[in-house]
Amino acid sequence: MSIRVIDPGPLTTVQDGGRLGWAHLGVPRAGWLDADSAKFANRLVGNAEGAAVLETTYGGVSFVAQRALTFAVTGARCRVTAAGRAVSGDEPVTVRAGAEVVVGPALAGVRSYVALGGGVAVPAVLGSRSRDTLAGIGPEVLRSGAVLALGVAGRPAPLDVPPRDRRSGVLRLHRGPRADWLLEPDALHGASYTVAADSNRVGLRLEGRPVLRRAGELDSEGIVLGAVQVPGSGQPVVFLHDHPTTGGYPVVAVLDPQDLAACAQARPGERFTLRLV
Amino acid sequence: MDRRSVHSDGSRTRRGRTLAVGPHALLVEVSGADEARVLADWIRAGPLVCDDVVPAASTVLLDGVADLDRARSIVENWSPEQAVAQHGALVRIPVHYDGEDLGRVADLWGVSLDEVVGRHTGCEFVSSFTGFAPGFAYLTGLPPAWAVSRLESPRAHVPAGSVGLADAWCGIYPTSSPGGWLLLGRTDAVLWDLDRSGGPALLPPGTRVRFVVA
Repeated sequence: MSIRVIDPGPLTTVQDGGRLGWAHLGVPRAGWLDADSAKFANRLVGNAEGAAVLETTYGGVSFVAQRALTFAVTGARCRVTAAGRAVSGDEPVTVRAGAEVVVGPALAGVRSYVALGGGVAVPAVLGSRSRDTLAGIGPEVLRSGAVLALGVAGRPAPLDVPPRDRRSGVLRLHRGPRADWLLEPDALHGASYTVAADSNRVGLRLEGRPVLRRAGELDSEGIVLGAVQVPGSGQPVVFLHDHPTTGGYPVVAVLDPQDLAACAQARPGERFTLRLV
Repeated sequence: MDRRSVHSDGSRTRRGRTLAVGPHALLVEVSGADEARVLADWIRAGPLVCDDVVPAASTVLLDGVADLDRARSIVENWSPEQAVAQHGALVRIPVHYDGEDLGRVADLWGVSLDEVVGRHTGCEFVSSFTGFAPGFAYLTGLPPAWAVSRLESPRAHVPAGSVGLADAWCGIYPTSSPGGWLLLGRTDAVLWDLDRSGGPALLPPGTRVRFVVA
């Protein structure tokens, strides 16, 4: 069983829960940015929650099912058609062999997740099927004509609850290990920032009033998912799954893991208020 | 400007602080890269379960920790003296000493080109930690007096296999990338290979390294 990619969209990657345990060799964790949506999609089609899915970026993806296939689209809201007919997101859809599935551009949010019955079964690299866009580890970014093998499908489970809406306009932060580099200790609390256009899987870049901090850099040190780094420009970066494993700019705060999905789905120009918890 | 004192949730150990990095990670400050590596080896040997242990220049990050307080108490009971230094395998790296910055390093050190090569091949290095790119090992072993500054403006393209110096670190670029290290030469050794039987990195932390003239 497999699918053949027709239009890969601007950036569609294969992702699973990511590649833990290799950071000491410089390998980013990678993995789906919006875990709740990806796992939900897997449950709908009867996959194990950790099965590899497709993650789109703004522009959707289209493919042909080589045999009868059950799929589900979750995450960023978008129009979906199967063999030319509109179908619903957030529920399993079964199509016949040869049917083209078109996942349209995101209407709200950034990343849609397409779970395919049996899961994407490309070879795992260092224990994961996730594409890391920083170092280029894992399955290639989808290209037109690519054929992706699928695993053995389970039984679809249409009765499930979608993840709650995580858009609150607030990013909750924990005080970071280098908070003492801030010239104003409470500068981040209550501050409002806009999502910058060059945000990607490596990090959500924020624009707004520069954060005043001590000049200079630290010795390189290990970086966590959600680390809020302040480079010399004073414009904070929230590191997402393809973040570098070490870095020398001070980590002044760390995003609460519950707000990672909101970062995954935040579009350029969206505003967030930061709140220290 | 009124600079109020900053609350720190770090508690001080005999060596440094242990700092919370969000709800599931701890950053341990140590005296330097060698101590970081020894602590990382000790943690990996079993006292604490976590997803990732990342030694760096003067810290060790413990990521994916279930109980920060427990992790803190385990780390605070560790002392470098308990640890037996793990001497890793010795890897010899053949180098063509024709790097663009060989003359610059000779000037900085006040020696001849041959003497730069002599010094570099005369040191035994140890892989302290990896960062920047998969398989890029930060090698210690150069005497502090021979530390050099990075280029003021990094090169847009440094070829894979380039051997360079920055501060008192030595490093080898596993893939071509931008970079600001002073380049001594290049090697054909493959630093990162997903199919290598012993693991993808040629120089994982703890590996001893000798450079030889190719």
